Amino acid sequence: MSPSPILELVGLHKAYGSLSVLRGIDLRVWPGEMVCVIGPSGSGKSSMLRCCNRLEESTGGQVVVDGTDITRADVDINTVRQRIGMVFQQFNLYPHLTALGNVTLALRKVLGKSKAEADKLGMAALEQVGLVDKAGVHPAQLSGGQAQRVGIARAIVLQPKLILFDEPTSALDPETVGEVLKVMRQLREAGMTMLVVTHEMAFARAAADRVIFMDGGVIVEQGPPAEVFGAPQHERTKAFLARYHAAE
Amino acid sequence: MSDFERFVHTFFNLEVAAKYWPDLLKGLGVTAGVGVLVAITGLLFGVVLAVLRAMQFRPLSLLIIAFADIMRALPPLVLMIVFFFAFPLIGMPMNAFTTVWLALSLVLAAYAEESVWGGILALPRGQSEAARSTGLNWWQTMTAVILPQAFRIAVPPLTNRVIAISKNVALGSVVALNEVLNEAQSASSNSGNPTPLTMAAAAYLLLFIPILYAARRLETRWQWKV
Repeated sequence: MSPSPILELVGLHKAYGSLSVLRGIDLRVWPGEMVCVIGPSGSGKSSMLRCCNRLEESTGGQVVVDGTDITRADVDINTVRQRIGMVFQQFNLYPHLTALGNVTLALRKVLGKSKAEADKLGMAALEQVGLVDKAGVHPAQLSGGQAQRVGIARAIVLQPKLILFDEPTSALDPETVGEVLKVMRQLREAGMTMLVVTHEMAFARAAADRVIFMDGGVIVEQGPPAEVFGAPQHERTKAFLARYHAAE
Repeated sequence: MSDFERFVHTFFNLEVAAKYWPDLLKGLGVTAGVGVLVAITGLLFGVVLAVLRAMQFRPLSLLIIAFADIMRALPPLVLMIVFFFAFPLIGMPMNAFTTVWLALSLVLAAYAEESVWGGILALPRGQSEAARSTGLNWWQTMTAVILPQAFRIAVPPLTNRVIAISKNVALGSVVALNEVLNEAQSASSNSGNPTPLTMAAAAYLLLFIPILYAARRLETRWQWKV
């Protein structure tokens, strides 16, 4: 393992008024690692993820990305965010732009690239997710799986150090889940560092380097998928996984 | 003279028309000019207000809401009378053209602000989150992601409003603006014949039907499925 983590959460707290959703999260994500976060609804998985690029502000602790504590007031969050991609449950594609326009917007607006240069990089990113033929299509004409792959292309085109996935397949029809998971596996093989909040237990078990089980705003248990799924140590983990196995 | 001849003589009197059409043409120019200016400044100011409101700085938002509510509640006629007759007393004299332009621009701005703000509110939060997550700052997100979508939502109510408010240029007669209806009224008093009013009506059709047509095309062209 590399000596320094890409992402390090230190004693991360998040509260809405008196409601505490994150109660001291410590987590390190190493370069090239795919970490899957599982747990029941309301366990704080998404809040934790959204604190990692400050879409939500933490109320205590540190978020260190590539050596920089991004919770500090003097940090330029817009620069930091170029190094952290994010993929959303609802895709959040821009409906007024084509697939290529979605992918290249930040290249042109933030990095100031020319249209030709941005288009070239954008097409390369679309090729990575297998959607070159949909470059000129608007999001309304894409299937859910295609839309999410464009969402992934929009994240990888900025060549981030880390990509955050917020339940990337939860809004998809079952038959299109596979194509998105396939792209994520390819990204992992290419060495991308990924933090994935997911309900796809089979995917987490097969593809993750490490699985985190969260409940009640804390990390209850973590380890290689074979351990967490095969021999969970904690009662809450056992109960959660039992419910999942029963549902399958 | 038959009834029909009397009707034509009264409302479609060529002699009267020939005498007064240059005045009416000038009036039409004034109406069109003020209308276009009002549309430009009113819409621009309205968009600026909506963007300022989107900054969610509470004191500023409250001011904008107060402005929009007052301007939408007051009859434009009252604004014109106040600007024209009261402002000179506080050292800000205004001519008729400026009065009508300013009054209607402010009213249109109030409606435009509400429509564009409504469009901004209608967008899912995920749109700005996606943009911000790729490093766009607030302003870039507003101009590249939020406003283009908000405009499309705002266009149908806005085209109607622009037309309704442009027609209010006719209220300018209270401050002696020589717009087309005012010219027609004085021409028909001077000639003792209402033909100039018929001509003014024709002028309105000539002016507004192309605008209505253009508005309808804009609305259909800017629609897209989500």
